[in-house]
Amino acid sequence: MTTPSSVVVAGASAAGLGTAEALRRKGYRGRLTVLGAEPHPPYDRPPLSKQVLAGTWTPERARLRTREALDALDAEFLLGDPAVALDVAARTVRTASGRTVHGGAVVIATGLRPRTLPGPDGLAGVHVLRSLDDARALRAELRSAERAVVVGDGVLGAEIAATAHTMGVAVTLVGPQPAPMARQLGPTVAELLAALHREHGVRLRLGAAVDALTGHGGRVDGVRLGDGEVLPAEVVVVAVGAVPDTAWLTGSGLTLDDGVVCDAYCRAADGIYAAGDVARWHHPGLGEPLRLENRTNAVEQSAAVAGNILGEARPYAPIPYFWTDQFDARIHVHGRPLPGAEMTVVDGAVADRRFVAQYRHRGRVVAVLGWNMPKQARAHRQALLAEPMDAFAVPS
Amino acid sequence: MKITVDEEKCCGAGQCVLIAPEVFDQREEDGIVVLLDAEPADGHHTAVREAASVCPAAAIRLSEST
Ligand SMILES: Cc1cc2nc3c(=O)[nH]c(=O)nc-3n(C[C@H](O)[C@H](O)[C@H](O)COP(=O)(O)OP(=O)(O)OC[C@H]3O[C@@H](n4cnc5c(N)ncnc54)[C@H](O)[C@@H]3O)c2cc1C
Ligand code: SF4
Repeated sequence: MTTPSSVVVAGASAAGLGTAEALRRKGYRGRLTVLGAEPHPPYDRPPLSKQVLAGTWTPERARLRTREALDALDAEFLLGDPAVALDVAARTVRTASGRTVHGGAVVIATGLRPRTLPGPDGLAGVHVLRSLDDARALRAELRSAERAVVVGDGVLGAEIAATAHTMGVAVTLVGPQPAPMARQLGPTVAELLAALHREHGVRLRLGAAVDALTGHGGRVDGVRLGDGEVLPAEVVVVAVGAVPDTAWLTGSGLTLDDGVVCDAYCRAADGIYAAGDVARWHHPGLGEPLRLENRTNAVEQSAAVAGNILGEARPYAPIPYFWTDQFDARIHVHGRPLPGAEMTVVDGAVADRRFVAQYRHRGRVVAVLGWNMPKQARAHRQALLAEPMDAFAVPS
Repeated sequence: MKITVDEEKCCGAGQCVLIAPEVFDQREEDGIVVLLDAEPADGHHTAVREAASVCPAAAIRLSEST
């Protein structure tokens, strides 16, 4: 395999920047072009629901790299000009402004687009949170709001609820699960998280289905639940998940199925790769296709892609990992707390709200979770490394 | 090479410790990064660059003037 003389990356965030940096780190000297839909230089998303939303950081602080570090990369960043089409055979990307950029290899790193709720379009006061502009708009409205409803009990909804509460807003968190993040944390820890939110004064409407948003004069004024109850609010945040941003690849011939479908080398077609939240690749250890939506995967997968572009031919087989900060809790999860897994505390104590828990499924360790014990959780991650990878497979 | 870390940005992920254990550690109590060696020897530079790039909180900065 010959090293391509140029690489073009679509998407200028964690995975896009990660690809460019990993290529240079591995000695790549060819031409590098990074296309970004947003006008902003690469910035980090995790602070958007935490420090940037709370206002403790200026948006500039969330920038991923300094100007100098970006310059040193010697990559051309074409920002504010989204990719609109990919020609797989020619390996060219066309952009909205009419540019055509060719790459010996093309990397797709366009991330996700938030889901919205069905209902009247353009109701003022309804927000999603994915981008810096979203965070700014939401913060501006929360500052003057008295009541907010966050729809969605996953990690993003739970973080937004916690942050909005610290901003002095009366927050209700609504979702279908018995406790926030139950799927990602397992029932016991999710209950603990629910307790944390309640103690701080977040109102939880769990096991609740949202029927519709209600509005008046073009502005949202509440959320109607399945049982008819209306939760009044000046601001509603919709955090019901996100879908891979692959609309621009429709008709390209690539297989799109909840993400860009890739082989174990994160390759979607000859010379075409995908990395980050948008990529659904064949995890060789699990023996199943997997798509991860977390920050460490974005950089690790982009490093794997960079290596494979340069001919390393190494399958990508990470142990999934994410963290979340809510109130004073920093939760770190390695592996996958599979449904039905049995949880044991292996360090610290739940009562102290400082503990490490191990999850076992069919006798094998499938996840390690730290609650305010990140270093110790990482040490216990060794137990995961000792397991055969297929232990983490979701039982069908 | 000179390394600086931003403790306030660090989320305690520990990726840096996995990649360059001679240069980075984490505090016992909250997992925040501890810089063991701000000007590591040449042999560590590749690993440190990787750690800085992979850090999920962009908390590690390098100045490569030397
Ligand atoms: C508010 C928030 C908080 C989060 N908190 C955490 C956390 O605490 N811990 C954690 O592990 N993970 C967290 N995540 C997840 C993490 O941020 C993502 O996994 C990560 O950003 C994925 O990186 P990515 O580069 O794959 O995608 P993205 O970051 O989504 O970047 C994709 C980029 O591509 C651009 N793009 C889209 N379409 C096109 C196009 N056609 N042409 C060119 N560019 C395009 C987009 O504008 C965007 O800049 C959070 C995410 C959000 C939104
Ligand atoms: S990798 Fe980054 S966030 Fe993680 S411990 Fe090191 S400095 Fe902190």
